[in-house]
Amino acid sequence: MSVTQQAIAVGQGFARPRPVRRAWFSGIHGADYVWAIAFALPYAAIFFAFVVYPIAFGLWMGSDPALYDELFADPRYLTAVVNTLLYVGIGVNLKMFLAFLLSGFFMRKRWWSKALLVIFILPWATPALPAYMSIHWFLNGQWGMLNNILYTLFGIDGPVYLNEHWMGLGANISAYIWKTLPFWTIILLAGRMSVPQELYEAAEVDGATGLRRFAHITVPMLANLYLVCTLLDMVFALGDFNATYFVSGGGPAMSTEVLATLGIRYAFTVALPRLGVAAVMSALPLLIPLVILLMRKLRMSEGQL
Amino acid sequence: MSATTAVRRVGHRLHSRLHYRVRRYGVEGVCLLLGLAIVIWSLTPIYNMWLIALSLHGDIFSGDLWPSNPSLESFRVVIYEDFWYLARFWHQFGNSFYVGLMVTFLTLFIGSLASFTVGRMRLRNGWMLTNAALMTYVIPASFLAIPIYRIMQIYGLGDHLVSVIMALTTFATPYAIFIFSQYGKSIPMELDESARIDGANPWQIYFRIYLPLMSPALVAVGTYALLLAWNEYLYNFLLLSSPESMTVAVALAQFLNSDESPWNYMMATAIIYALPPIILYYGFRRHMAAGLTMGGVKG
Repeated sequence: MSVTQQAIAVGQGFARPRPVRRAWFSGIHGADYVWAIAFALPYAAIFFAFVVYPIAFGLWMGSDPALYDELFADPRYLTAVVNTLLYVGIGVNLKMFLAFLLSGFFMRKRWWSKALLVIFILPWATPALPAYMSIHWFLNGQWGMLNNILYTLFGIDGPVYLNEHWMGLGANISAYIWKTLPFWTIILLAGRMSVPQELYEAAEVDGATGLRRFAHITVPMLANLYLVCTLLDMVFALGDFNATYFVSGGGPAMSTEVLATLGIRYAFTVALPRLGVAAVMSALPLLIPLVILLMRKLRMSEGQL
Repeated sequence: MSATTAVRRVGHRLHSRLHYRVRRYGVEGVCLLLGLAIVIWSLTPIYNMWLIALSLHGDIFSGDLWPSNPSLESFRVVIYEDFWYLARFWHQFGNSFYVGLMVTFLTLFIGSLASFTVGRMRLRNGWMLTNAALMTYVIPASFLAIPIYRIMQIYGLGDHLVSVIMALTTFATPYAIFIFSQYGKSIPMELDESARIDGANPWQIYFRIYLPLMSPALVAVGTYALLLAWNEYLYNFLLLSSPESMTVAVALAQFLNSDESPWNYMMATAIIYALPPIILYYGFRRHMAAGLTMGGVKG
């Protein structure tokens, strides 16, 4: 299974007519049924023990309406909601757009483009924790590398980036983009490569120039993949803990927290686990539509799952 | 008159060729610039890591853009566990490996069994299993952290590596089922049928036919699971607290607890921690092809 096949499998919005496949002879019965159940049991067990039970437990923990009064009265919570929306809205969309453009750039075959791709992947291959720690020190106002560069090159004293709400949030979003941009670029690159070359040739015969080929072939062929990737990354970004926790640390004065980190902060720093669960659960109005949409998209693209 | 036209025509041709060349070199130049920007963007934080790790403690604050007295001292300290945050470093390194290998094994085992029973044996209501997996895949792991923390206490697994192994297996398996179901479709059903006629039971078909034929997908998903387990932080941090049971990720983040920490030791630890997954990633990049597409490692 190549990247291309995978990408196109995700990318195809329409349900492919699934070949009717025979089950073992005609259905399963008797001893085989017991085997089938036994094979399904391990996954069912961990699903109930570590997904269903925690979800039910979480719903129970966060079921007290008074928690939400407390939550909405906390200005830090409201800041976190705004931050989360910006983080997801800007971080994901800006990145996907950049990934889309960069995937086009990497389509141009040059002697150095392979080597460039290897370097470009490095942020994705690096574990999140060291990468974000490094970015944190890189942005340090007193002796971080960025301000050192600014001073050496231009003789200016850069600001203390992580001491200010907007710059801190921007730093978190940039770090998240830095880390995940390569991954999505490669997905979209695979999608671009899987667009049949004949389409472009036919368009050329019809006299379509670069821009029109882009608008009438590349864009419609990639639209669904782009949408699925965006939705998927929105879910990932919504639950992203590491970038905020390690780049800005939620500071200054908890002004750059997002819901994922705020929930953990409430639960384990302030020891209010119920409030933490409530903070996370307040993201459900955003998460549930995303999950439903994604499950539909992913299922449509591949029969089952 | 015709001479002037000819001259003009030659001039025009020259001009357009020049124009074409300028344009081509212009485009080439812009691409090179963009490539350079990509290299700088990608490598700066990595370089920063090395810069700090190679500096002596006193030099970190000097504002140099390259280490003035490059030294491997901080790597020596990490390797010989010569600092109190790092007292159990290799033990914790082993813990990380143990967690990674267990998560990989369990993910492959549970995921392949589930996809076998749904995809090959056509278990009735098997779609419920795949839907459950899909739902798990799209729920952010960090949102379940608080209840899972409580539940691990209830199960009596507090500060035990098993708790992390189980939690991470839970989050890695859905992706495994997804890839295995897709890959399994390329294996002809007739193999199963002929094996059944020869009297093989389902376990034998799974073990002798299904698994060997699935090996490319197993490698891709195995790498994914190993990387996920090694790179994960939140669950490691919440579920493991004693130095004995900690994994490297937690030990590394401990440096942040104090403002006085030697940052060069921290960065050297970070580099040593980052090397195995980077090597694994580049080594298995070809095999990960399948894994890449849907495998956004869950944050």
